[in-house]
Amino acid sequence: MKFTGKAHTMGAHIDTDAIIPARFLVTTDTAELGKNCMEGLEPGWIAKVRPGDIFVADENFGCGSSREHAPLAILGAGVKVVVAHSFARIFYRNGFNMGLTLVEIGDAVKDIKDGDQLEVDTTAGVIRNLTTGKEIVCQPVPPSMQEILDAGGLVPFVKKRIGAGA
Amino acid sequence: MGRTLAEKILQRHTDETITGAGQIARCKVSLVLANDITAPLAIKSFRAMGATKVFDRDRVALVMDHFTPNKDIDSAEQVRGVREFAAEMGVTRYFEGGDCGVEHALLPELGLVGPGDVVVGADSHTCTYGGLGAFATGMGSTDIAAAMAMGETWFKVPPTIRVDIEGTMPLWLSAKDLVLKTIGETGVSGALYKALEFGGPVVDAMDAESRMTIANMAIEAGGKVGLFPVDTVALDFAKAHGHAGCAPLAADADAVYERRIRIDVTTMSPQVACPHLPDNVKPVEEVKDVVIHQSVIGSCTNGRISDLRAAAEVLRGRKAAKGVRLIVLPATPRIWRQAMDEGLFTVFLDAGAVIGPPTCGPCLGGHMGILAKGERSIATTNRNFKGRMGSLESEVYLSSPAVAAASAVAGRIIHPQDL
Ligand code: SF4
Repeated sequence: MKFTGKAHTMGAHIDTDAIIPARFLVTTDTAELGKNCMEGLEPGWIAKVRPGDIFVADENFGCGSSREHAPLAILGAGVKVVVAHSFARIFYRNGFNMGLTLVEIGDAVKDIKDGDQLEVDTTAGVIRNLTTGKEIVCQPVPPSMQEILDAGGLVPFVKKRIGAGA
Repeated sequence: MGRTLAEKILQRHTDETITGAGQIARCKVSLVLANDITAPLAIKSFRAMGATKVFDRDRVALVMDHFTPNKDIDSAEQVRGVREFAAEMGVTRYFEGGDCGVEHALLPELGLVGPGDVVVGADSHTCTYGGLGAFATGMGSTDIAAAMAMGETWFKVPPTIRVDIEGTMPLWLSAKDLVLKTIGETGVSGALYKALEFGGPVVDAMDAESRMTIANMAIEAGGKVGLFPVDTVALDFAKAHGHAGCAPLAADADAVYERRIRIDVTTMSPQVACPHLPDNVKPVEEVKDVVIHQSVIGSCTNGRISDLRAAAEVLRGRKAAKGVRLIVLPATPRIWRQAMDEGLFTVFLDAGAVIGPPTCGPCLGGHMGILAKGERSIATTNRNFKGRMGSLESEVYLSSPAVAAASAVAGRIIHPQDL
């Protein structure tokens, strides 16, 4: 899979309350959650994000609660991929399960500046910074995870598998 | 390149070749677990997936332990829903009422989890079974629903922090003190996403119950699993509890670790985790004289027979101080009966204790020992977050059974040797 979009950078330890504060957990509707994505970071922050843009975070992105609403909110904002130094454990699982692509790149995250145009190739395992011309090598998304993403998340993935009699 | 214990166990459950930390592997699971709080959510996701049957009706465990005996109408309704689901699916490992105990004490006792297994549970303390050499970890509800339907899940192979425990165990020191000390060293996020692997001479000599006490709290360091080798101790435990088909398993001598922690127990005092985080750990001498109103002995950390014996040893011939509620909760019906048969209940009753049923109860602030504003409890449980046992203005101190028992007698936190 290839994603091209503008980078929106943020700091370390962005927790699930920053991604989607508890007061917005009264719905499980992806689009509705998307409107309030990152409200706990900075009110109105999400307004500058366009569908197809890319989140770029420092270490431990998604720490805190196990709420599956957090990856849903990001997807609801039209963001399909998050690149980070590292992810918190339960968020990492929940992300893929909800159909959000997550790419871990460690310290190389410092080479990406806010507003850079990126091309993330999860099959080849490379991020091309189209603004600076730099390339960052990363782990490709493994085929087993790609299958879950292709299905649109874990619920549809399992539904498909069960339907196929697997 | 040598392999860690985590890598070796996962390898046994996948066709992919495990090459090292960071890799994602799809693994078969040995058992899937949910409880009275988490099963209702997992069942909802299960149905949304269109699943109509569980992958194996003998390998899904549904343990109604948190609010048991059901404390109110809502909890009773939740359990009713799970009971109906279990009947519909033909789940054979459904536990409620008189055959139910605290999940992480119950499943090893029944031989449903054991060495070399991969276990996933919708409960963060699923990591307890690492004490027997199982790769066991907690997950969200959708993950558990998928595992219930398919009998498999994906894991990211974790890097490992190796903890070597050395020295000679002094009197009054127990497994709980060692894990509190470890968490004090790592901090509550020091093992985030990682495996903790325990070894060294003290661990080699340690019984299976103590190992499970330590593995239980791996999550309190942020860890994904807390692992012990599958040696004769683990194999003997598995055999005694009817868990078949186990083989010895240990990390390679040249396994690659992210970090090593060395703990020498020789001069260590019992440890106490002070409010409001499990890593706020101090030797008991530094906490002494903190007045307590309640002492809870039980939970998936320290509600086993060896824990009750340790508490009884301190309480024999003594009485809880006036104004202290001493609550003893044997973690399973079998432990309950054993404690009764060994005469421990006489000791507890003479000490003025309330002996409750096997339940999580006060551990999560559910029922049967809730704290009022300004009250303070010492407890053998595993979490002391703000408000965990009741009022947001109450406090919980975590300790070993011996320290919790001694503190009940003194009415304040105390080293058992100072009674
Ligand atoms: S005893 Fe406490 S920590 Fe253990 S499963 Fe029950 S509520 Fe959770």
